[in-house]
Amino acid sequence: MKIGALKEIFEGENRVAMTPDSALQLQKLGHVCCIEAGAGLKAGFSDATYEAAGVEVLKTAAAVVKAADVLVKVRGPEVKEAKALREGQTLISFFWPAQNAELLEIVKERGATAVAMDMVPRISRAQKMDALSSMANIAGYRAVIEAGNNFGRFFTGQVTAAGKVPPAKVLIVGAGVAGLAAIGTSTSLGAITLAFDVRPEVAEQIESMGAEFVYLDFSEAQTDGAATGGYAAPSSPEFREAQLKKFRELAPSVDIVITTALIPGRPAPKLWTEDMVRMMKPGSVIVDLAAERGGNCDLTIPDEKRITENGVTIVGYTDFPSRMAAQASTLYSTNIRHMLTDLTPKKDGVIVHNMEDDVIRGATVAHQGAITFPPPPPKIAAIAAQKPKEKVKEPTPEERRAAETAAFKAETRNQVTMLAVGGALILLAGLFAPASFMSHFIVFVLACFVGFQVIWNVSHSLHTPLMAVTNAISSIIILGALMQIGSGNWLVVILGALSVFMAGINIFGGFMVTRRMLAMFQKS
Amino acid sequence: MEYGFTTAAYVVAAVLFILSLGGLSGQESAKRAVWYGIAGMALAILATLYGPGAGNWLISLAMIAAGGAIGWVVAKRVQMTEMPQLVAAMHSLVGLAAVFIGYNTEIEMAGIAALQAAGDADALEALSGFAHKIAAKSASEIAVLKVETFLGVFIGAVTFTGSVIAYGKLAGKVDGKAKKLPGGHVLNASAALISLVLLVMYFNGAGTWALVVMTLAAFFIGYHLIMGIGGADMPVVVSMLNSYSGWAAAAIGFSLSNDLLIVVGALVGSSGAILSYIMCKAMNRSFISVILGGFGGTTGPAMEVTGEQIAIDTEGVAAALNDAESIIIIPGYGMAVAQAQQSVSELTRKLRAKGKEVRFAIHPVAGRLPGHMNVLLAEAKVPYDIVMEMDEINEDFPSTDVAIVIGSNDIVNPAAQEDPNSPIAGMPVLECWKAKQVFVSKRGQGTGYSGIENPLFYKDNTRMFYGDAKKSLDALLPMID
Repeated sequence: MKIGALKEIFEGENRVAMTPDSALQLQKLGHVCCIEAGAGLKAGFSDATYEAAGVEVLKTAAAVVKAADVLVKVRGPEVKEAKALREGQTLISFFWPAQNAELLEIVKERGATAVAMDMVPRISRAQKMDALSSMANIAGYRAVIEAGNNFGRFFTGQVTAAGKVPPAKVLIVGAGVAGLAAIGTSTSLGAITLAFDVRPEVAEQIESMGAEFVYLDFSEAQTDGAATGGYAAPSSPEFREAQLKKFRELAPSVDIVITTALIPGRPAPKLWTEDMVRMMKPGSVIVDLAAERGGNCDLTIPDEKRITENGVTIVGYTDFPSRMAAQASTLYSTNIRHMLTDLTPKKDGVIVHNMEDDVIRGATVAHQGAITFPPPPPKIAAIAAQKPKEKVKEPTPEERRAAETAAFKAETRNQVTMLAVGGALILLAGLFAPASFMSHFIVFVLACFVGFQVIWNVSHSLHTPLMAVTNAISSIIILGALMQIGSGNWLVVILGALSVFMAGINIFGGFMVTRRMLAMFQKS
Repeated sequence: MEYGFTTAAYVVAAVLFILSLGGLSGQESAKRAVWYGIAGMALAILATLYGPGAGNWLISLAMIAAGGAIGWVVAKRVQMTEMPQLVAAMHSLVGLAAVFIGYNTEIEMAGIAALQAAGDADALEALSGFAHKIAAKSASEIAVLKVETFLGVFIGAVTFTGSVIAYGKLAGKVDGKAKKLPGGHVLNASAALISLVLLVMYFNGAGTWALVVMTLAAFFIGYHLIMGIGGADMPVVVSMLNSYSGWAAAAIGFSLSNDLLIVVGALVGSSGAILSYIMCKAMNRSFISVILGGFGGTTGPAMEVTGEQIAIDTEGVAAALNDAESIIIIPGYGMAVAQAQQSVSELTRKLRAKGKEVRFAIHPVAGRLPGHMNVLLAEAKVPYDIVMEMDEINEDFPSTDVAIVIGSNDIVNPAAQEDPNSPIAGMPVLECWKAKQVFVSKRGQGTGYSGIENPLFYKDNTRMFYGDAKKSLDALLPMID
């Protein structure tokens, strides 16, 4: 089949759906590739590099549409592009079918097939073609860079000869792919990073990226993210109130806010209100990644950067991935290539549009003159349901102190009882036993005491050497045998000699083996 | 003068022994500590040979040399996996020596009593050394001496047979399963009771026969007690026997009025006792229930385990390891059995060379000897600073990509936390199931020592990597790149 990539006609779109690298991979699947002249120019791929990769460069879009069986694009088709499709032709691009019903209608009329990259189901197998995630990743990264560009200070704290610089404090709202990417970028630049999400189960992911999860003091059976395919769901008004209250608390102290909160199929929730913007310090930056869907911040103007009266910069760009066109094109074209790999199961250049396959079925929005959107739910549950987590209650300082005092008291009581009982026993023995015994007994008790004090400090990993060494020194019993061996009684001498012999084995064996073991322990 | 010198040497030796044990608090200081112990021992022996009461230098030195040579060779040759057996075998020697020395005291006492009865003043005068000391004792001192000797022999005898059986079990020469003669603990109790009765009789003048009968009873107790304990309780048994050998030395020290023996005996005794306590605590069981053998009764039906064990092949494990950032390895007795420590070390080295974080989580009762796993890993040149104790690492599992369980079972059983009816409920375990993915290297589908089903094997994030640990790991090594 012939795969053709079109030049993006949307104003300001720099990405391209096929790179020389992805074209090479596509050719390995048995396909032939062509591209519209200049399509990759803005992403840094010249026509010459495409030709070097074996891609046929065609002068006009019309020529590509005419030649190709499969068209690949980044942005969804414009009306005139859709109308140019012919029967049996396949278009792979972002599509947003829910918002573009007319476009869908046109594609159906033309009898073409449309595969929407934004409809790829969120299951493990489909991750490699999840273009939304790869674009969100770029957006998250770029959001931090964009914020840094507009922020007048360092991210990391420094102590320099010219004075101390405090670290920037970054708040990231929404820990989806973009949010997590932003967290990673921000922490690696050295900023103190806080992150919030309505799905409590992502706290772990947030913390694993090195940010601090902002906990809400709010107990409600929150919806499990797994039930909504891993996306956030709208929250109750009470929850929203608690959330806004927390944000108001944070607003005066944060320097950079990056909002990424989106709920599928709805306008972006308003999370950063006007009064919060006013509370922020001059020079602070807000980057609103949800600007395209109305923005998480009240004051966001889509596609524009504005500065409020109190000196807060609000970045409302909607084209972050396009601003990193080379990177975005590389990732997107790889996603496309994976989609085509699934569509070409035998790697022989023949496209088999298997509507039984969960991933292909889910992404296909129009096929053979019918609209196939919305798809039926996938056969395999995307994400395992989370088990309800038990909340461990943090003890208050008073409780902790009370517990500590109680523990201290119990310990004191224990020790005093032990001492009293032990002392009484020793006194009792002293009443009856002869003096010569008592003098040895004192030595014995003290030695036990020293033993207890010393052994507790032995580290766990050295327990085996400890046993070997105590074993070796327990053969001190040889002294007894040595003292008896001088006796005139032959039986005593024989038994004594045997004891000396056995203890001798122990002494040498025990110390030797301990030394061997200890010599093995080494630091990395 | 001579006596004073010996005592002074004993004080120095005692201090050296204490420093030797105290030095084991860290890996580096331990290397110095063992020399303190050797110096202390050498000093003690020389002082005793030089001091009063010693005779027959020639025999003594010859015996030490002969025994030392054997000990040296054995210690040189022993494999690190055979360490538990060796330690048990050495305990038995101390026990037997204590029995012999106790008998010697009795023989001397009997001889002197006969002389005193005959009124042979010249012969009494002619006595030297140890016998001379006994002859100088008053009646009440002799009575105390008798009790001390009796106790020394009793503990020594229990230690001896107990250690021999423990050796047999650890070396695989005796069936490792818990076994009891019909009558169970009643037999032990009656043997102990007989010994007590004999003590009273011996105290009141019954002759040497009482000591001999008691020795036989004590031999039986040692045998039967350890026969009834098996498998995973072995660390407690070995450290308990370690403790007994110390107490035997202390009792002998009392009977010989030798302070150094008392001090060292008490040190060793308390060290063994503390180790036993730590082991018991790690299993959440009382010392008594371990000694009496077997797991305590359950209070209800065990939780149903649902799901199935999913196997995985070498390629799958290799792929996951290549992707993982942080890995925790949990070794158990199975690693020692399969002699897989070198392969584990090699795997660790390769993974670390790729910049992955690899650590080891050691449960206190992993293996058959306290600290067994640490020694094996050290032998295989795994750096000790990545080998962590349970408490240090348990909280890190949720942020770990892959946990690899090699030959351990009960110490990673989530039933201990989740199922109040489980026989091991409440036992602290390594929470490896909280890692993103768990691989269990295991020979087959059997249960662990305690015979309990392990729900870990059925968890969604667990994959079973069946096969001999060493072979599986060796197959895995070339695929890590």
